[in-house]
This record gives sequence, structure tokens and C-alpha cells, in this order.
Amino acid sequence: MNAPDAGPGTTTESATGRIAGLFRTCPTTGLAVHRSADRLIKAHAVAATVALLVGGIAALLVLLTRWQAIHLLDPVWFYRILTVHGMNMLIFFIIFFEMAVLMFAGPVLLNSRVPAPKVAWSGFGLMVLGALLVEWTMWTGQADVLFTSYVPLRATPNFYLGIILFAVGALVTTGVFFASLVVAKRERTYEGSVPLVTFGAITAGIIAVITLLHGAAIYIPTWLWSMDLMPVDPQIYRLVWWALGHSSQQINVAAMVSIWYLLATLTVGGVVVNQKISRTAFVLYILFISMASAHHLLVDPGFGAAWKVWNTSYFMYMAVLASMLHGFTVPAGVEMGMRLRGYTQGFFGWLRRAPWGDPGFSSLVFSVVVFGFVGGITGVTFGTEQINIIAHNTLRIPGHFHATVVSGTAMAFMGVTYYVIPLIFRKQIAFYPLAKIQPYLFSIGMLIFSLAMTFAGTFGIPRRHWDISFSGAPFDVQYSPAVDIIIAVMAIGGLMGIVGGAIYIVVTVWSVFFGKPLPAGEEAKYAHSIPPGIINRPWLEIPDTDEEPEAPGKLGQLPGTAILVGIFFVAFVTYYFANWALLSFVWEVG
Amino acid sequence: MYESGIASVQGVWWKPAHRAEKVWIAIAFIWCMVLFAMMPLWHLRGGQNPTGIRHRVEPADFRERTNEFIAAYQVGEDAGMPIVEPPPGSDVYLIGMMWQWRPILRLQAGAEYTLHLSSVDVNHGFNLYPFNVNFQVVPGYDYALKVTPTEAGEFRIVCNEFCGVGHHLMVGRIEVVPADATAAADVGDDR
Repeated sequence: MNAPDAGPGTTTESATGRIAGLFRTCPTTGLAVHRSADRLIKAHAVAATVALLVGGIAALLVLLTRWQAIHLLDPVWFYRILTVHGMNMLIFFIIFFEMAVLMFAGPVLLNSRVPAPKVAWSGFGLMVLGALLVEWTMWTGQADVLFTSYVPLRATPNFYLGIILFAVGALVTTGVFFASLVVAKRERTYEGSVPLVTFGAITAGIIAVITLLHGAAIYIPTWLWSMDLMPVDPQIYRLVWWALGHSSQQINVAAMVSIWYLLATLTVGGVVVNQKISRTAFVLYILFISMASAHHLLVDPGFGAAWKVWNTSYFMYMAVLASMLHGFTVPAGVEMGMRLRGYTQGFFGWLRRAPWGDPGFSSLVFSVVVFGFVGGITGVTFGTEQINIIAHNTLRIPGHFHATVVSGTAMAFMGVTYYVIPLIFRKQIAFYPLAKIQPYLFSIGMLIFSLAMTFAGTFGIPRRHWDISFSGAPFDVQYSPAVDIIIAVMAIGGLMGIVGGAIYIVVTVWSVFFGKPLPAGEEAKYAHSIPPGIINRPWLEIPDTDEEPEAPGKLGQLPGTAILVGIFFVAFVTYYFANWALLSFVWEVG
Repeated sequence: MYESGIASVQGVWWKPAHRAEKVWIAIAFIWCMVLFAMMPLWHLRGGQNPTGIRHRVEPADFRERTNEFIAAYQVGEDAGMPIVEPPPGSDVYLIGMMWQWRPILRLQAGAEYTLHLSSVDVNHGFNLYPFNVNFQVVPGYDYALKVTPTEAGEFRIVCNEFCGVGHHLMVGRIEVVPADATAAADVGDDR
């Protein structure tokens, strides 16, 4: 956005003189949008939504089976559908969506063209082909190996081949994103340094390359192994596979944090309080976050204590530091943006007066809060070398990552969709009142779900298990009766989340395919069917002043944020040391 | 003068931070150092560490060692599975395989054993019920952990790593007897 004062309908300087028809000028933001970028974003977003639908149906089936009161599927289909759930959600949905995010944060935000659109489309084609191949092998029962496919569990070679094709496709698209940065710089489509959101997306892109290369390093040998062409060591598999499996969650983190900054900007005109801090935090992600493979290997036989401590802490917790910085700067950006606009009342006047009915804003808040408080705190705690002894492979682990990937990443992606539909698809949001409550339903449901799941895990309830009543097993195992209640609570939360997810799919699919178009420059007329941020465009009206806005008390310029991170810190310390206490009660082992 | 997150930034953006930000960075950094220090500290002072003694082992060799171990110390049988009571301080072998934990162990409370865990087929997960102690059992690797049962009682080993369609049936048994009651328990417990 090189012309922050560009009003509706104006053409930015960079877009003039280009071949007419290849670009459209966004009537809301004034950005010149390359039609190829437009179409690529749409295609990736649609593919992501299809994967979300398949993964969501699988989620329902898995949930209704683990809820022992219903116990829907038989064991064969339970593990099969669990495989489908993992692949569709963690790989297909998320990576398709992230490719759309890259195409937005690169070409669109930088006013640039997509270089080599045909190459980008071939990347997309490879991803679709790979995904279809994987779906086929999973649904036909040729790959009942779960998402992690730990060797020597064996799937048909086409399962691994499908994943390889998908990864190569994603790598190609990421390459086009990097090329678009070069082209934008060379063609001077923006001035100065790239926007923070683009900077964050570049981080996500770099982590994606690291991740996908690890994916190649493990899936190509495993593919050959599945055809008996070479051996693969089970422990080495776990090491390299998690360099894909965990690092891909770090693409999510970087993409999600970028979207936090984007949503803060779009919904309330949030500002970047300090570019240096936010950008340094992103760089810390690139440097250290790929070490997190170790989180999955803390109670494995293949590695010694020094390796475990060093890697699980991402070089002395420098990536945790990065997340704690973003956890401050994102709310701080919202607070400062609101205070600059005169919402200076008390510590939290800015938060009370925020647009809670804007699904983009409520998604942002839920994403930040649940990711930080539940996902972040549990993640660091369970990723501690010794505490992992009382967490590994129990329900505590999926409890943790549903708080990060679902309540955090997926919620942020859903929130930004409510802006993508009017901005990119140029459509009104269908069933807008439903869209407004969607983040509440989804987030609160998933919050209940992941808290209950984590809590059930403290009783030692295993993850990925068809029958925790163990009927038919040679020795009886009887969990505390409290577990039945906790699992029921988990199921109710999960069902709420699934309803929230279903509403998201209905709203977005209906808007995109059957929705009413949004005529250029007349957004205000459609206030009842698009988020208010699109109408108010708060990002265009950041007060031009060097004076710091008013703030009460002695906590500095950002007192509300200071109080919020203070609460977070107390929760973090409490949970962390409570787990050490829990650990000290079990058998001595070493 | 602030920019939005979607505006390109003009000039030098390396600018001093607010006081509140600096304070938070300091707190977060110190906390990260505490998080880091806790792990080495627990190795020195804590009773629960996942280090163990680790070797590669051929699955066939591990099976052989376990069979020798069973032959040496078997005291009974339950559900077709040998019950083995090794002397305190000895090496104890436990195999994870589709879909059982072999053999049943009878241990003394308060005594230390070296528990060797391995698999002869795919990955399995060692989960001690009801204490929630978890270790990964990987084929080709002997994971030997010094364990000290704290109290007498019946324990189960639940497999918590997916190992095929019979995964949910994979339950093993550990019996911990009080230190002074071993002799009594020896007599004819072959239910």
C-alpha cells in the first residue's frame, strides 16, 4: 500500500500505465490487484474450504466415537477417519489457505503482478493432484497409518507419493511468492520497506521452504521404503518427520500472527507500535522455530539429555520469546490504534468500544487469547523435557494443539475470510447475522473442547485410542468416573465447535457462489451484510500526530495491554510450576 | 506517527521502544531463562528424567534377551502371560508387540530396577496406569530406564501409540508388592 491516502476508486501510481485488464483497482483499499493474484487466491481458498469440509465431517465422526456414550465407528473406520481428519485439517486445509495468504500478502499488498502465473497454477494443480491421490488411498483403506505414518507402519506407495506431489506444489507456489517480492521491488510497486503483514508472510514462506524440504527428505525415502527399495530407521523417521510435522505448525504460527496484524489493521485501524520489535520477533521464528521437532522426541530412546534440552527449548526459548513479544504487540497495536482515535477512557475503554459485532475483530481476539493462554502455555509446559513424561501421547497433546491450530490458526483464517469475501471475491456476506456469531460459537466450543481434552489427559487417557473402556483387553483398566464427565464436556464443546465450523462453511460457500455482488465504491449501502471495517476503512485514517494519546495510571502508554500480559504471565508461571509438582509425584525414573 | 500493518514503511524503522514494551521484553527474557534452567536443574535435583541408557538393538536379539529373562525369573502365569519377578536392582525386559506387553512384571516397592523397553514390530507407547508415566517404544532401540516404584499396587501398561487395528486391546500388567511381602506373594500366585 504505497499510497495510504488513496481513497475509493483512485488508482495508485504504480497501477497506471499498466496493460488495462490485467489489473483491477480495489475500490475499498485503492490497491491494484493483479487478476492472476485474484484468481489464485480464490482457487486456493476454495480448495482449503473443501478440505475443511472433509476434515470437519471426519472431526464429527471421530468425536462421536471417542465419546464412549455413543462410540459410533468400528476400530477400522475410526483409525481411517482419524487419518482423514489429520491430513485434511493439518495439511490440506491449512497449507491451501496459507498459499492464498502468500498470494495476498505478496502481490496484492505490494501492488505487484504475479510473475509466471502459469507456474503458480501448475503448483496449485500439483497440490490438488497430490491431495486427491492421498484422499483416494485413505478412503479406500490403503493408508490406515494416521497422520504421522510412523515407519514401519506401512501405507500404499501412492499415499506417500500424493504427499510428495502436494509438497512440491506448495514449494512451487511459495517460489512464485518470493519471485513476486523481487518483481515488486524491481518494478517499484511500493516504496520503502515492505509492510509488516508482508514481512510476516515472508517469514511464513521461509519456514514453509524449510519445512517442505524436510518433508521431501522424509517422504521420498519412505516412498522408496514402501516399495522395498531402501530401509528407513523408525527413530530417524520420527526425527525428520517431525521436522516437517512440527515445523509446518510453525508456518501456521507465522501466517497466523501476520493475520493478527492484518485483522487488527482492517477491523479497528490497529497500528504497529514498534516495527523493530515485531520484525525482530518474526526473525526469531525463522532462526529457531524449526528446532521444535524435539518436542515429539523427549521420551524417545534415540536422543540424549543435552540434545533434548537444547532443541526443545528452541535455543533457550528464543522462539517462545518471539511469541510473547507478538502477544504484547498485537493487543498493543489495537490499544494504541483505538487510543489515537480518542477511545482513551480508563484502562479498557478501547476494548469495550471495539467492534465486537465485527466477525473479523471477535475472531482476532479469540485467536490471540486462546492461542496464548491455552495453546501457548500448555505447549511450552508439555515441551519441557521432563514434564513431557506426564504428557506424551495422552489427550493433553491434542488438547494443546487444538487450542493452537484450531482456536488459534483456523480462527484467524476464518476471521480474515470475512474480509477476503468482500475485498477479493467482491461479494456480500450471506447470512451475515450468522457470520457475526460464528466466531463466538466456534471459539467458545473449541475452548471448552481443548480444556476438557487437556484435563482428561492428566488422568493419562491416551490419544488416538478407539476404546478407553478396554473391553476385550486381557487386563481391566478403569479410569476415574470423573473422566466420563470430562469426556462428555469435551464432546459438547467439540459439537459446538463443529456447528461453528459448519456455519463458516455455509456462509463462505454461499457468499462466494450464490452471494450478491458488492458494487464498487458503494459499500456503505451494504452495512448489514459486510464487516464494518470495510465500510469505515479505519486503516486509512490513522491520526497523523506525534503526540502520544492519553492513558491513565502509571503503566505507561499501553496500560490495558500491560494488565492483559500481566494476567497471562501469572497464568503461565502457575501452570508451569503446577506441572513440575505433578511430575514429582510419579515413580522415580531416569 | 504510526503506520498500519499493511502500509509500507518509509525510512528507518529501527526506533526506540516504549517503556512498557522494554519492561515486557525483559520479563519475557528472564522467564525464558528460567524455563531453560529448570531442565538441567531437574537432571541434578529431580527424580524423573527421560534420559536412560540407550542402545540400538536387533528386534530378534531383544526378544531373545526377554525370553532368557522370563525363563530365569518366571513365578507364574496370568491370562496366558508369564508373571516374572526379578530381584531388586536387576535388569528387567519388557517387549511391546502387536498387541500385547510381554511379560507381566512383579516388582518391589522402593526397589530400583533397570527397565528395558523395546518393540519387535512397530512403534508402541508405554503408559503406566494410573500414574501417567509415558515413554515411546521404538523398534530397533533398547530404552533402559532406572525406575523405582513408589508404592504397592496393581498397575497397567496401556499402549498409547497407534500400532494397528488391535491397538486398543494392548494392555499389560505390572504388580508392585510391598518390600517385606515378597516371600508371601511368591507362594502360588498363578491365578
